[in-house]
Amino acid sequence: MNPVPDIYRILPEVILTLTGVAIMLVDASIPPAWPRRYLGFLAAIGTTIAIWASVWQLSLPEGTGFFGTVETSAFTVFFHVLICGIVLAALLLSLDALPTYSHHQGEFYALIVFGAVGMCLLTSAVELLLVFIALEISSISTYILAGYRKETGRGPEAAIKYFLLGSFATGFLLYGIALIFGATGTTQVYQAARLAPVAQNQPLVLAAMALMLVGILFKVSAAPFHVWTPDVYEGAPTPVVALMSTAPKAAAFALLLRVVYEIFPHLRSVWEPLLWIVAVLSMTVGNLAALRQQNVKRMLAYSAIAHAGYLLAAFAGIGSIGIAAAAFYTAAYAAMNVGVFAVIVLVAGYDEQLSLIGDFRGLIYRSPLLGSLLIFFLISLIGIPFTGGFFGKFYSFSAAVGGGAIALAIIGLLNSGLAAAYYLRLALVTAQRPAEDEPARPMPHVGPAAIAAVALAVLVTLVLGIVPGATLHAAQSAAHTLQVPPQPSEAPGIPLQSGQ
Amino acid sequence: MTAIDQSILTLILLVPLAGAILVALLPDRAKLPNWIALFTTLVTFVLTLHLPAHFVSGQSGFQFEVNIPWIQSPAIYYHVGVDGLSMWLVVLVGLLAPIGVAASWKAIETRRKVFYSLFLVQQTAMFGVFVSLDLMVYYGFWELSLVPMAVLIAMYGRKDGPRAALKFFLFTFIPSAPLLVAILWLYARTGTFNFSDLQYYTASGVLPAGAMFWVALAFLFAFAVKVPVFPLHGWLADTYNEAPVALAMVVAGKLGLYSMMRFHVGLFPAQARALAPLLIILAIVGVLYGACLALVQRDFWRLMAFAALSHLSLIVLAIYGLTLTGWSGAVYQILSHGVVDGALFLLLGVLEVRYATSAIASYGGLATRLPRAATYFVIGALAMIGLPMLSGFIGEFTILSSTFTEVSRSAAIWAALGVILGAAYMLSLVQKLFYGPESTLTISRPPADLKFGELAILTPLVVLMLVMGLAPSLWFNAIEPGVHPPALRKSLVSLPAPARGQVLLLWRNGSQQPVQITTHTEGQR
Repeated sequence: MNPVPDIYRILPEVILTLTGVAIMLVDASIPPAWPRRYLGFLAAIGTTIAIWASVWQLSLPEGTGFFGTVETSAFTVFFHVLICGIVLAALLLSLDALPTYSHHQGEFYALIVFGAVGMCLLTSAVELLLVFIALEISSISTYILAGYRKETGRGPEAAIKYFLLGSFATGFLLYGIALIFGATGTTQVYQAARLAPVAQNQPLVLAAMALMLVGILFKVSAAPFHVWTPDVYEGAPTPVVALMSTAPKAAAFALLLRVVYEIFPHLRSVWEPLLWIVAVLSMTVGNLAALRQQNVKRMLAYSAIAHAGYLLAAFAGIGSIGIAAAAFYTAAYAAMNVGVFAVIVLVAGYDEQLSLIGDFRGLIYRSPLLGSLLIFFLISLIGIPFTGGFFGKFYSFSAAVGGGAIALAIIGLLNSGLAAAYYLRLALVTAQRPAEDEPARPMPHVGPAAIAAVALAVLVTLVLGIVPGATLHAAQSAAHTLQVPPQPSEAPGIPLQSGQ
Repeated sequence: MTAIDQSILTLILLVPLAGAILVALLPDRAKLPNWIALFTTLVTFVLTLHLPAHFVSGQSGFQFEVNIPWIQSPAIYYHVGVDGLSMWLVVLVGLLAPIGVAASWKAIETRRKVFYSLFLVQQTAMFGVFVSLDLMVYYGFWELSLVPMAVLIAMYGRKDGPRAALKFFLFTFIPSAPLLVAILWLYARTGTFNFSDLQYYTASGVLPAGAMFWVALAFLFAFAVKVPVFPLHGWLADTYNEAPVALAMVVAGKLGLYSMMRFHVGLFPAQARALAPLLIILAIVGVLYGACLALVQRDFWRLMAFAALSHLSLIVLAIYGLTLTGWSGAVYQILSHGVVDGALFLLLGVLEVRYATSAIASYGGLATRLPRAATYFVIGALAMIGLPMLSGFIGEFTILSSTFTEVSRSAAIWAALGVILGAAYMLSLVQKLFYGPESTLTISRPPADLKFGELAILTPLVVLMLVMGLAPSLWFNAIEPGVHPPALRKSLVSLPAPARGQVLLLWRNGSQQPVQITTHTEGQR
């Protein structure tokens, strides 16, 4: 019997849900004139408790709960901490960045927290239907948040584009799940994994995998499923972009790892070349397009596509090496990307007065702190040693080299040389002396909450770059649990439907 | 004493970094960042002097070694140490740092905090490159050395900073991608980043020769761009033109040349020997091409850039001559070039601050108005040309004579032609700047000769040029046991055996069968 109460298996999700509900209730019950900013602190506190609860879950024996639908393991804890950390940074950032007069602030914070519930659940679900529900929870929150800035035309445009394409992609995932059920008679991950290699209708399994891959690769904005990314990033409010360019991607990569390494390890010969092509396409398309952008957010959107490519390179690695490299890269990418968007929020402001690369000219002369931070994060994105970006790329490409994909590693590293060109262009413009005829720009306002968010990102980026040992160890134990799933006997709730 | 010997290199790495953080944290008030930076660099310089003071001459192998695990997977060790090849380079970087700070005292007026903290980070990166014996740590510092340089060129560029900085960064960064793949490939084959271990593996012949060719080429390519070797010099002139004086002084040549000796020829002697004729030809082309272009420049920064191309190519010639004398001369010439180039840069920087132009034609007849500056400049120029009794002579003579007797006579003759051209452009620069009729520009400004502070920086450099020219054995004694050009059979077999033990397990190309190799002992000196 399972000695761990089921509720412990989803403790972080429960805490986050309660936080979100509390925010909505308080928001509705206090007088309209009162400031809503403090609801953000409530959300941040709830998220912090959720991080603590995730870490506490490590002390539980690994296993599943709720009839084999959710799992706690080093893998889920790794991604829970990562996602909640990103959400915490995004909340702190929004606290200072959201204008005080903006309406529906309570909803804004509640949606971020509900999105976090979906993302966390996505990483811990081991039942494909629950995976689908979790994905929808996180996606729907993100769709609404993307359109939060209704006063400009671009916000709603971004939201509708994201919503239509996203729903379409989720449809692919759902089709894949249905076909899995058709081929194996189950949607429980471990049972499906056991039955998929012996299923009689192998083309069906193959089709299921292909459809699921399409759905997930859309969520991680890998080429050729990336076209939504630049428009959505450009239109969405920047604090939301800091969140949605990292946390849902981390969750989707966790799902991708689970799908390819846990359900379809026997189809490696099929998905490995596929992901190889997608990786190369993503890097190359992302970097080439980013080179030509003048808008900073669009440039970073294309760079996000390229980073999805670098991360996918890790999937060429064998077994747990590849998984650990991918998990590490996710963490490093999240830290530096949150950081870079945080600085952009602080410099450009919520209404985005500054959006072009040229607008950042002389930032280091206007504000040495923000200028240096922006350069720091860009350097990490380039992948200079002693920053998290370096070890992320390093582990990813050495996993690829270890897996025999030397060509992939070389293409990837040449791509990172290409990427250096546009990151550096922004960094150097930041360092350039301001033009004499330039209008005096206001000093950006930097509040303590935003400082805390940026400091968190700097700290994580530096720790991952200088002493990556602990994080790598965590990623490796996460990889290990994905390789060796808990015993299926712990999930007696679902009878094994074999004998097709 | 041993405790200091153990930690001296770590201290040299950490003191500038601590200074950088201190500068970044303290307020930018009055000259505070300048003083902190000056103090830090002076302390670092004193620390670097500990190395020659306690260096055991005549002993081969690394000294002041520290080797502790840093990251478990991959197995990266914090492994640092110096030998005769690198020790004086560390001291040179230590010496140029306070001079660079002093040279920036007046030139850098805005955002001093950012300037000095990045300048100090640059110091750490340079020291790191010279002392790292773990390939990953080395690569880390190598890449790190790009960042402060690029940012500072962008911030303080004379005309078009960001473009020059981008050029500088990309020229060095893109070749380092294959370098990283090559390092990872070596690690995948051997399981170590340790320099001595890798040196043993590459010499033992268990790695596939075909792949080794490409690995060695990746190393060479990255270093050749950094030096730069002839067709890869596109970044050099713009960088010299735009970089703040203090940084132009520290950037040129040293990192790339040292890396060639240590990590290209040192790790891949067979491959280096195969490519040596090509590199010798490129080096000669570089010597002549640089000298010819220097002859026709109208801007003194660009002239210095092409002069540097010519001089650095001469050192490349010495390196790929693969002779012991040539290598000693190469190291000596790197040191001499650092000092001489540093002094000339300082003087040109002084001129540019006073007259606000770097166009040679605007100057003329300065010698009567700035007699001290003229004297120092002439001494520096003569040292650069290679006048006997000054430092440049020893290096150039050693290089040319060893090339003539041991490598190729025609190569030596062509290279000597480049040296003669060097005299032509340097002397004509001296003539145009300091002699001849006074130009309208020189008349229009009040004569302001070198002040006490400037003299205090320049005099030690000039004295050093003289001492290096008169008593080269002070340096050669330490350099010679440290250089191991692979042409000498003796040096090949004197490779230190891997620290792990007597038996090594290697996985041969693809197969899972371990191949046993026992270390051969006949070569231990």
